[in-house]
Order: sequence, then C-alpha cells, then structure tokens
Amino acid sequence: MNLSVLFLREWRVLIRNRAAMINPIVFMFLAVMLFAVGSPLQDNTRALYGGAVLWLIVLLTNMLSLDSLFRRDFDNGTLEQMMVTADLPLLAVLVKIVVQWLGTGFLMVLLSPLLCLFLGLPGSAIVKTALLLLAGTPALSLLGAVGAAMTVGFARGGVLLGLLVLPLFLPVLVFGASGVSSEVAGISANAQLYWLAFISMVALLIGPFATTAGLKISLQL
Amino acid sequence: MALKQTLKELWHKLGSPRWFYQISGPWVTGFGVLALLLLGSGIVWGLAFAPPDYQQGNSFRIMYVHVPAAMVAQSVYISMGIAGLVLFVWRMKVADIAIAACLPFGIMLTALALFSGGVWGRPTWGTWWEWDGRTVSTLVLLFLYIGIFALREAILDSQMRARASALVAMVGTINIPIIKYSVDWWHTLHQPASITLTEKPTMPAEMWLPLLVMVLGMYFFAGHNIITRMRLEILRRESGTRWVRNLVLPEPTVKGSG
Repeated sequence: MNLSVLFLREWRVLIRNRAAMINPIVFMFLAVMLFAVGSPLQDNTRALYGGAVLWLIVLLTNMLSLDSLFRRDFDNGTLEQMMVTADLPLLAVLVKIVVQWLGTGFLMVLLSPLLCLFLGLPGSAIVKTALLLLAGTPALSLLGAVGAAMTVGFARGGVLLGLLVLPLFLPVLVFGASGVSSEVAGISANAQLYWLAFISMVALLIGPFATTAGLKISLQL
Repeated sequence: MALKQTLKELWHKLGSPRWFYQISGPWVTGFGVLALLLLGSGIVWGLAFAPPDYQQGNSFRIMYVHVPAAMVAQSVYISMGIAGLVLFVWRMKVADIAIAACLPFGIMLTALALFSGGVWGRPTWGTWWEWDGRTVSTLVLLFLYIGIFALREAILDSQMRARASALVAMVGTINIPIIKYSVDWWHTLHQPASITLTEKPTMPAEMWLPLLVMVLGMYFFAGHNIITRMRLEILRRESGTRWVRNLVLPEPTVKGSG
C-alpha cells in the first residue's frame, strides 16, 4: 500500500468526520472558560496558573480524542483489513497517529494564541507556548495511541484509557507547564522545549511499535 | 557447550507451570526464613540500636521501613516489565503468572512507601504530603500498577489479558526513568538517595548497615510473597489437570465405595 494513499484516506476520514475533530476542541474551550470563570478575579493568579491549566486541558482533550482514534475502523472492520493487508502495518498505524495529531495537537498549536489570551497569559509568551505545544503534543498522540489500541475492544474504554495513559503523560505536563511559567516570568524556555522534543522522539521510537502490537492483541491476530 | 545445553533445558522447563510448581517449593521456605531473619534483626537493629540522627533525631528511623519499601516497589515493577518481555517474545505462561503475582504485592509496597513517607515527612518537612519529585514518581508508580490491574480486570479472555498486560508493563517500564528524572529535576524537596551503588554512603556504618539488612530482607520477602502467589495461581489455573488432583488427593479415589 502506498504511503500517500494511506495518508489521503486518513485525511479524508478526518475531514469528513468533522464532529470527531471539532467536539474535543469545543470541550477544550469549554474547560478553559470554566477555569477562567471559577478562578479569582485578579488577573495575576490566572497568569500564574495559566501554564499548568493550559497543559492539563491539552492533556485531557487529547485523551478524549484518542478514544475515537481506532474505534470507528475497529467497529466496521477496516482496521482488521488494514492490519492484515498492509505491507507494513507499522506504517499504517504511524499514518493514523500522524493524522490524529494533525486533528488535535497541531490544531491546538494553531489555536494556542487564543488559549493564551483566555488564560490571561502575557503576549510575550504566545510564540514560545505555541512552540512548546508543537514539541510536546506529538508525544501525547504517540503514547496515547498505545492506550487507545489496548482499549479499542471495550465498549466503554474511556476511563480505562485515562488510567493507562495519563501517568505516561506526566513528563510532558511537567516540562510544558514549567516552560510556559518560566516564559511568563521572563526566562527563556528553551531547555524545556528541547526536553519536550526529546520526549516526543522517545515516544516516536516506542509508540508506533507498541501500538501495532496492541492492535494485534485487540484484534486477536 | 554443556552449560549452554543445561541453560537451554532450564529455559524450556521454566515454560511449564507444573515444573515451576515442583521446583519452587524449597525456594518459598528458603526465602521466607531469610526474610524473617533479616527483617527481624534489621528492624530491631535499626529501631533500637542505631544511633539517632544529629538533625532528625529519632524520626529518621522510619527510613528502615520507607527505603526498603520504595526500592523493592520499583524493582518489582521492573521485574514485571521483564516478565512482560519474556511473555511477549517467548509466550511463556509462567511469565503471565508472575505478572499477576507481582501486581498485588507491588501495589501494597508502593502504598506502604507513600504512607511511611508521609509519616516521615510530618516531623522533618512539617507536612504529611508535599508534591515533591520523588513523592510524585512513587505516586505515578502506584497509578501504573493500578492501570495494569484495571486492564487485567477488564479483559475476560486469558490469552488476550496476558499479552495486553505484558505490553502495558513493558511500555510503563521504558517510561519509568523518564518519569522519574522529569519530576526529580523539577522542584524537589526530597533528600537525595542515601544509598547508591556507585558512591560511598553519606551515613555512618552503624546507620546504613541495618538499612542494608532491611533492604535485603525486603527483597527476600518479595521473593517469598510473589512465588507463593505464583504457586497458588498455578494450582488455580491447572486445577483440572491430573497432577494437581494427585497433589491434593494423594490416594487414588475408589469409585462406588461407601
């Protein structure tokens, strides 16, 4: 199977199934609004916690959208066909993860100025926050896909998916949140940026292999 | 060549739960006796005879429970990851039994490490709970354990359950160092590890020797507990086979009598 064919197919599924892409993003803004309304009125507290809240919401939104990563294709049998017929099932899985990232992580990067604005983060932190998200969100999609592959066989895998995947997201949260807050404090967040990139690279080494193995287990191949 | 042959045979035999059950009987006794001796002498030595700390006074003595529990809890998780690898590559049934046995013991020890850490933190840090680097990584360890436990509960098919939990255990094991260092380098309140393999201990010998005895004792206790659980699980899984029936009812039953 050709790489571009695989990619085009996943891309079309993403575009035509708009709800699966838009609903998590709406959830994200809803969560931001609830935090902003619930926090004290002074602006400085919001800027203080903004980084942590931003990353926490990104983590949870990603988890929500991961639940539907393989579900539809699993239910209608496409996934099994892909795993059986693809020359390299690993490649098919990797393409699925990349497209999922385009629909969530990359979309969050594009929307991050808006998120920064709502969370009261200063304008000087906007570019770095977007870069931090760009470096960190691939790790979320790559590691989260393993959990999605393991729980795709259960009718209600959502909570279990969170239980399996959220502990693995912890390093991303640590460096992401500390990156945003050091940028808010006027200190360069380059160190955290490189760490996030490193974590994403490690996730790229583990994620696709473990996801392929997990899908084979769930499909009982 | 002879050694290689012996090892290969041993490897094949290890795949058989029945053989493992028969060979492991003496281990349970041996590990149990060693654990009892080491933990018993270590706790008396540490609590009663070791000198008080010049800063922390007597409160440091909870270290003799806290450090062994935390160390062994991590080791048990890593051995679970190794068992996962063995199961995944060689499809060895005993490895799945080992994972099932490691889970409850690991959860218990991690909880003990967190609890004793809280009790120790109260007099020294002035707080029961602090989101300190190593506290967080131990808490994450607990969540990783619980995640695998929940996954095993959710899957009914035994073959699938074995492979799924093996895979998650492996992924978790690869992530442990990343999680550990990421939270360690974040703001940390915890004192650095008192005993490492590469450096001389910062404590006098009267203080770290009982700790060493406790750590060794805890490892033997882990061996004792996990192998006992494995043996029970083997009996449960193989309860339909003839060798288990012969084990439970040694005399052949006479049909139709009485």
